[in-house]
Amino acid sequence: MTSASEPTQRPPDAKLLVIDKYGGMTHMRRTSFASLLLPGDLVVANDATALPASLRGVHAATGCPVEVRLAGHHSLDEMRDFTAVVFGAGDFRWRTEDRPAPPRLKPGDRLTLGPLSATIERLLDHPRLVDLHLDGSPDAIWAGLARHGRPIQYAYVPVALELWDAWPPIAARPVAFEPPSAGFALDWRLVEAIRARGAAFVTITHTAGISSTGDLELDRKLPFDEPYRISRSTAAAVESVGARGGRIIAIGTTVVRALEHAASPEGRVSAGDGLATQRIGPASRLRIVDAILTGVHEAGTSHHQLLEAFADAATLRRAEKELDAMGYRTHEFGDSVLIERKAPLRGAYELDPCLKAIGHPGERELLGARAGHAPVQVDGLPDAFD
Amino acid sequence: MQEKSNARVAITGGTSGLGLALVREFLNRGAQVAFVARGRERVERVAQQHPGTHGIAGDVAAKEDIYPIAVQIAGELGGLDVLINNASDLGPAPLALLGDTDCTDFERALATNVLGPFRLTKALLGALTAAARENGAAAVVNISSDAAASAYAGWGAYGTSKAALLHLTRIWNEEMAPEGVHFVSLDPGDMDTPMHALAVPGSDPAVLKRPETAACEVADAALAILAQGDRQ
Repeated sequence: MTSASEPTQRPPDAKLLVIDKYGGMTHMRRTSFASLLLPGDLVVANDATALPASLRGVHAATGCPVEVRLAGHHSLDEMRDFTAVVFGAGDFRWRTEDRPAPPRLKPGDRLTLGPLSATIERLLDHPRLVDLHLDGSPDAIWAGLARHGRPIQYAYVPVALELWDAWPPIAARPVAFEPPSAGFALDWRLVEAIRARGAAFVTITHTAGISSTGDLELDRKLPFDEPYRISRSTAAAVESVGARGGRIIAIGTTVVRALEHAASPEGRVSAGDGLATQRIGPASRLRIVDAILTGVHEAGTSHHQLLEAFADAATLRRAEKELDAMGYRTHEFGDSVLIERKAPLRGAYELDPCLKAIGHPGERELLGARAGHAPVQVDGLPDAFD
Repeated sequence: MQEKSNARVAITGGTSGLGLALVREFLNRGAQVAFVARGRERVERVAQQHPGTHGIAGDVAAKEDIYPIAVQIAGELGGLDVLINNASDLGPAPLALLGDTDCTDFERALATNVLGPFRLTKALLGALTAAARENGAAAVVNISSDAAASAYAGWGAYGTSKAALLHLTRIWNEEMAPEGVHFVSLDPGDMDTPMHALAVPGSDPAVLKRPETAACEVADAALAILAQGDRQ
């Protein structure tokens, strides 16, 4: 698949592949996302945006240039102590896997990062991964990050990102390390359309971590632990949707990670702060989220693995062929996929008359079809794409 | 009405005149206050004199300053309940007839009084709507003037920009009130401030309104919007 190389959050021709709970697939325009919703549904997005987490600087002991990418912290409110990935010379124009290693780092080493300065606190069992402590008051650190920091970016977008390129319209707090990019699909017109469908829109705050370190061994540790916050109003909305039988549609993997981490065995979500530590994959049982709107993720990434909680590997392989054939663009400025959580196996229908009444595999019972808004044709582009 | 509030409040133009009075007023009411102004030294001095406030150096008229300002406001306050677009530019000083007004002076007035508030509001809209979803309401107060409504000779750049800001405020409110973010224009009246001295040199301070009085009225209006959200 091709990478989306322009930092346009909502290209007018953005595409959406809808994968229903039986594995049926439909292509549509992403701007028509709200037509898939039913009254009583709840759309949950992540209202975090990225800190300007890429900091150019110098390793004081050797004078070598470094790029520090802040990559994690223990709470939303922590501004001095971060886990960080350190690169040597170069910048985002180099592929991360080709970046030179940083100079040999040791605890106590000082880094000058523009107006900021930092100390390496400890090494984290990898030459690139450290805990570091930023000097100064939180306000001074915010000012330094705001002026000197850049959004973390990768070589497939060749132009330097501005802060606004990495700032989703609904973003409330700059506490993540990369923007929760599924939220790029949303704008205020779409939020209005969600409400007009009789669905509700709420947010959680989750500090999305970095998506790549340039090192396979380190990438296997991703995602790092990620703090999140669920507000009282969002917890209440999740609860009332469950009670009414509406569906919960997560905008992005970070929302799934936060809601499922906060879920009780009974499928309730409590308000407050948490630290998402779990990995979500094929064996995970989703308690809260019924469908996910996400970017086009490549197989092998932790994002892609999370999708296997929604659809089986065979369905995702079919989807990948479909995405490839239709020219979907990958990465944060690319197109989108909506995946409905897979229906229970066929045998389950014998046990559950309600499920049987709704339909069985083979019927095109897409999201929204019940409301008379069956989206376009299957296995081909709708007219709008011609 | 001197209601206490722990609201998160951001004020532009916060180191002099009405803006400084607003910083003090909200601080006295218990709010968490961030303020923005161009001069770094003055920002630091005002922040030192008012412990607990967050001083942010930046120019709302400069496009490249907006997101750094927004990062600091949303980051330092952890969200936002009230945005007060108070920073204003008079246009040419001394005041000039339109026919004598330099285009650069006109552009600067528009950049500070219209584009700046638009850009900063847009950048912080996610924070404001998140606050409204959680607490019922959020407020944006745009500081207006009678020159927004009346055509005063000599006030061309300022009056035109404030008229545009007034209309901008109304349209924002039409669009965002359903999301719980309420926009109001407030005309504080003729105050004893540096800007008024620039516009009308030699006027008697005794006949002018004290900025502290206007700040109290503005704070009352903003907190009344938040209180309406609480009741819902």
